[in-house]
Amino acid sequence: MEKLTTLTSLAAPLLESNIDTDVIFPARFLLMLEREGIGQYAFHERRKHPDTPFILDTPPFDNARILVVGANFGTGSSREHAVWALADLGIRYVIAPSFGEIFHANCFKNGVLPITLEDPHMTALEAAASAMEPITIDLPEQTIRLQSGTEIEFHVDTHRKQALVGGLDEIGMILAEDRDVIDAFEASRSDEEPWLTLDEQHLAYLETKQRQKK
Amino acid sequence: MARQTLYDKIWQSHTVRDYGGGNTLLYIDRHLVQEVSSPQAFAALDAAGRAVRRPDAHIAVADHAVPTKLRAFKLRSGQAAKQVRRLEENAARHNIPYIEIDDDRHGIVHVIGPELGFTLPGTTLVCGDSHTCTHGAFGCIAFGIGTSECATVLATQTLHQKKQKRMRVILDGGLAPGVTVKDVILALIAEIGTGGGAGYAVEFAGSTVDAMSMYERMTLCNMAIEAGSRVGLIAVDETTIRFLKDRPLAPKGDKWDAAVAAWTALKSDPDAQFDRQVNFETSNLAPQISWGTSPEETLPVTAHLPDPEAEPDPVRRARIEKSLNYMALKPGMALRNIPIDRVFIGSCTNGRIDDLRSAAKVVKGRKVAAGVSAIVVPGSAATRIAAEEEGLHDIFLSAGFEWRDAGCSMCVGMNDDRLSEGERCASTSNRNFEGRQGRGGRTHLMSPKMAAAAAVAGHLTDVREMM
Repeated sequence: MEKLTTLTSLAAPLLESNIDTDVIFPARFLLMLEREGIGQYAFHERRKHPDTPFILDTPPFDNARILVVGANFGTGSSREHAVWALADLGIRYVIAPSFGEIFHANCFKNGVLPITLEDPHMTALEAAASAMEPITIDLPEQTIRLQSGTEIEFHVDTHRKQALVGGLDEIGMILAEDRDVIDAFEASRSDEEPWLTLDEQHLAYLETKQRQKK
Repeated sequence: MARQTLYDKIWQSHTVRDYGGGNTLLYIDRHLVQEVSSPQAFAALDAAGRAVRRPDAHIAVADHAVPTKLRAFKLRSGQAAKQVRRLEENAARHNIPYIEIDDDRHGIVHVIGPELGFTLPGTTLVCGDSHTCTHGAFGCIAFGIGTSECATVLATQTLHQKKQKRMRVILDGGLAPGVTVKDVILALIAEIGTGGGAGYAVEFAGSTVDAMSMYERMTLCNMAIEAGSRVGLIAVDETTIRFLKDRPLAPKGDKWDAAVAAWTALKSDPDAQFDRQVNFETSNLAPQISWGTSPEETLPVTAHLPDPEAEPDPVRRARIEKSLNYMALKPGMALRNIPIDRVFIGSCTNGRIDDLRSAAKVVKGRKVAAGVSAIVVPGSAATRIAAEEEGLHDIFLSAGFEWRDAGCSMCVGMNDDRLSEGERCASTSNRNFEGRQGRGGRTHLMSPKMAAAAAVAGHLTDVREMM
C-alpha cells in the first residue's frame, strides 16, 4: 500500500449528503474480478450527462486529490470497489461531517484517509474547496492548512494512522505478531465452546450435494 | 461481570488482543463468502502465497450475480458466469465448503446462514456484504466487511476492529393488523435517520421484539445498516433456540445441551449501560412506504408527499427537491395514488417463508393489475421448496406473478432482474438509492403485504383495505 504523508491539492466539493456506494460505484460494474483501472466507473451515472459535467471531470478539479463531501458519505453497500474507484482517480483524502461505517473502514485498507470534521471547520473546508484554494493535509501532524493560514486539527486513530503512514500490510502484521496469540485463543475457545467447531458429520453434509427430484 | 450489554459480552469473549482505546484484534467464528466481494480477496491471498487459516469456518455461495432463471444461467457465458465460476474455483482451491447454485441449500447468504444453522448465538460472523447485520437476530455480533477485510479473515480468522458505542432501541406496543416488522424498521429509520445508528451497535428489545418470530427479527436486524449501524442484535430467548434446534449445522446431542445452557445467558444485564436509548411505540404505526432515494424518506401510506417550498432549511429543501425529481413525483401528491410498473417480492430483507405467506394471503383470489409485471423470488431454494409444498407458488402464478429461483434478484442491479430507466417498482428490498434496482429505476420500499397489494391495485395502496 502506498504511504500517505503530506499532500497539497485542490479539493473537489461534492456537497450533497447521503451519497451512497451505489452512486459512487454502480452495481452493474461489480461483476469485475480485478480492481485495477476501475476509476472510470466512479460516479458513472453522474458523469454520463455532457450538459451537466461532474465535478471530478471539471477542470481544475479533475486533478484534485482531496474530496470534500456532505454527511453520511459512502453509506450503504459494503462494496470496496467504491474506495478502489476513488483511489484509482487519485483521491487520497475524503473530508466529510460523517461517513458510512463500512466505507470508512474500507478507506484505511486502501491508503485513503477519511477525515471527519465538525462545523465550523467543515464549513471553512467547503468554502476553501469551492473557492479553488489549494489545501495542505499533513497526516503525521494531523492538521489541515488552509490558504488563509488557518490550521485545523483532525483526529485519526493511532492504530490506523500507523498503517497509513507506514503503508503496512495488515495481514502480514497479524501473521507476524499475533499468530501465537490467535493459536492460543482458538484452542481455548474450542475447549470452552466445543459446539462451534463443525464436526465430520457437518462437513460431510456440506460436501454432499443436495438435490430433490422435482 | 455485571452491567454488561449483550454486545459487550460477545465482544469480550472474542478479544484476542486489546490494543487499548477500544482497538481490538477480534476473533471471527464464521465467514460467509460470496462472489462479488471475494475475488480480489482471494487474489490478494494468492499473490502473497497465503493459505486460508480455517477452511471449515467459511461457507461460500453465489447470490448477487446469479440469474433467478437457473436454466438460462447454465447456458450463459459472460461476466456473471465468470464471477460465479471464480468463486467455485477459489473455494475448491482453498478447501472451503461451496454450495452450488442448483443445490437445494442454495440461496442468499443471509437467508441460508440461519437455515443451515451456520449462524449461531454468541458468535462473531462476517461477510463481504452490508446486510450481514441480519444474523444479529440470533444474538451474535454479525457485520458487513469490505474485500480487504475478507482477505484478513480468510488468512488470520481475526480482524482489527474498533468497539462501537452501545445503543438500545426499545420497541413496545405490538402491531396493528396489516402492519409488519418492515413497517416498524422503515418508520424507525424515518424517525432517527439513516445516520441515526452510526457508531453504535444497536440492540433491539421490548415487547414487540419479544413477540416476533425469528423471520421477523431477521428483517428488523437486516435494516440496522440502513439506520447507519453496522451491527444490530437481539438477545437469545426460547424463540431463538427453537428455531435452531435440529438445523443441519447446529450442534447435536450433548453439545446442543451445553450450547443451549451457554446461549441462555446471552442477554444484556438488567443494569447494563447503553450510550443511547430510543423508545419507539409501535402500536399506532400504519403501513409505511418510502417515497425518495434514501430509506429515511419514508411516510405512512396515508400521507402526502412533502413540499420543498414548506421546508425552511435550505439543505433539506434541496434534498427533497432532488429526491422528488429523481423519483418523478410532485409535491403534495397522495402517496397511495402513485402508479407502479413492477413489483419485487424477495431479498435478504423479505424473501423468507413468512414473507411469502403474508404476500400470498393478500394475492389469493386476486389478479396482478394490467400493465404491472410482478415477480416473487424466494430468498433460498429451501424457502422455494417449502412455499411450493404449501401451494403458495400456485397462488402467485394464478394471480399473474412470476415465480423464480432463489437469489438477490432485483434488490441489487447486478443480475438479469433490473428495472429499466424510469420504471417504478414496489419493492420489499432494503434500499431505494438512485439506480439501486437498475439505472434510472425508481424504488418504493414496503412490506411484502403492501407490495402484494400494490401489484393487485396497480398503484401504491393501503393493504388494510384489502383485508
